[in-house]
Amino acid sequence: MADKVIYAMYDDDDVLKDGAKKLVSKGVKVSEVFSPFPIHGIDPIIGLKNTRLGIMAFIYGLFGLTLATLGLRYFMVVDWPMNIGGKPNFTYMENILAFIPITFEFTVLCAAHGMAITYFLRNKTLPGMPAQNPDPRTTDDRFVIELRTSDNSQFSAEELEAMVKETGIVELDQKDIA
Amino acid sequence: MEFKITNKAKTLTLVLMAIGVVFTAIGIIINFDNHQILPRVLGSSLVSSFFFFSIGLGALFFLALAYATETGWYATVKRLIEGIAGFLPYGIGLMILVFIVISVTDGGHIYSWMNPEYTTPGEEHYDPIIEGKTGYLNMIFWWVRTIIYLGTYYIFWTGFRKRSLEEDRVGGTEIHFKNYKKGALFLVFFAVFSSTSSWDWIMSIDVHWFSTLFGWYVFAGMWCSAMTVLVLLTLYLKKQGYLPKVNESHIHDIGKWTFATSFLWSYLWFSQYMLIWYANIPEETVYHLARIENYQVLYFTMFIINFAFPMLLLMSRDAKRHSGILTFVGLIILSGHWLDVYMMVAPGTLGVNGTIGLIEIGMVLLLAGAFIRIVLVNLTKAPLTPVNHPFLDESIHHEI
Repeated sequence: MADKVIYAMYDDDDVLKDGAKKLVSKGVKVSEVFSPFPIHGIDPIIGLKNTRLGIMAFIYGLFGLTLATLGLRYFMVVDWPMNIGGKPNFTYMENILAFIPITFEFTVLCAAHGMAITYFLRNKTLPGMPAQNPDPRTTDDRFVIELRTSDNSQFSAEELEAMVKETGIVELDQKDIA
Repeated sequence: MEFKITNKAKTLTLVLMAIGVVFTAIGIIINFDNHQILPRVLGSSLVSSFFFFSIGLGALFFLALAYATETGWYATVKRLIEGIAGFLPYGIGLMILVFIVISVTDGGHIYSWMNPEYTTPGEEHYDPIIEGKTGYLNMIFWWVRTIIYLGTYYIFWTGFRKRSLEEDRVGGTEIHFKNYKKGALFLVFFAVFSSTSSWDWIMSIDVHWFSTLFGWYVFAGMWCSAMTVLVLLTLYLKKQGYLPKVNESHIHDIGKWTFATSFLWSYLWFSQYMLIWYANIPEETVYHLARIENYQVLYFTMFIINFAFPMLLLMSRDAKRHSGILTFVGLIILSGHWLDVYMMVAPGTLGVNGTIGLIEIGMVLLLAGAFIRIVLVNLTKAPLTPVNHPFLDESIHHEI
């Protein structure tokens, strides 16, 4: 079924927020909002779920911790015991204090890079990927609400447009997606 | 809204204090023949007095920090911070009382440098290292410093409190900008005094040993305890139906402070420990050696409690908004930080014989009862939400 997408453009984020509130209260599902900066408090209005990036950060951190521990044990104790300042190097546990800073750094490195890469991949915004936003002005001073007719089957496209027009928009655009 | 102490809270604090007195008395009677009874009683009063004094001081520091940074979100819990900081005058009194008793007993085996036997050549316990430090560690200079620290804290506290109550009456921004300046000025004094006072009061117990990092380590502990008490007090008042303007975001933020300051404390503890371990210089390792050889279980339990509990249990966003988890972790790390102060004092005063018995528990219960009572009484003296704080509106709409 052909999907019709409606883009409603605003020139103020507060107007957009009020507009989104009004639309949602009428039962409209807002599928996406494009903005040059994060709009505070928009997530609960359009019903976005809490991000799960934090859980991934924990897993990446745990991965880094494990890798650092195994690596340090192999490099510094098993393969070639390093004598640094006469510190005990017979077992990992005897020298654990010297390994903690590096383990910590590696945990942070893995968590931070893992989070950043996951974020880019999930948003399809890796460098060189085609832009997702409908209008280049949403990276400057315009804000856009996206509505899809497939998400709002109880309304016709005309009804949606009429409702959107009441919310103080500056431009209206629509597109058919096969 | 005016706060009223419930009868239950009144009874509970009295019972706590009564149990504390009874425990301490029984403990003293049982151990009366022990030759270490004097340092033990003095040491445990120093530990508990300093612990509760430092919670008040941590709250005062946090208040000054909020003033100096023109913080907005905290306006609805500002009176709670003031309530905790309001223990400071009593804490100062306690500290002075303990210090006077220690001073008239020639250091009371707490501060051995106060005892002329250690510093006079030819005496039985003469110690040239301690004598070499008498230029800084002598009774007169030490008391002058102590009075300056405590006096400065007291003057700043009365000024902050006076202006806070005045702001309720007159409003405007003049008081806000005055607080801004005084807050920044307090931080300057506090930056120096928090370090040197911990050297004077705590580090000089292990008189041979020194560490420049020690002041920050003590400071991180006091900040963490103050934030933990703040989160517990906020949850208590919310449960009683007060503070309608304090929402989940405020509690989340205070939870974050508890989490972050726990890490600050762990980071400083580990920094001190690892550097000393790495350098392996006998005059430095003596501090950790005394604690690991005789107090291994307590010492590392303390570290695990103060580090792992907040790290694992408060890491997620939901946990920092859950009153049950916050209360549980809060109570655990509060006891952890009391144990931390105990571990700073006991090995230096009691040598190998330190134990946590009736005297120590009694003393902490007695002062905990008094502390809670005083903080609650402080809360009744002013509206729980400041009336004319310039950032009140921002705080009411705080959302993260």
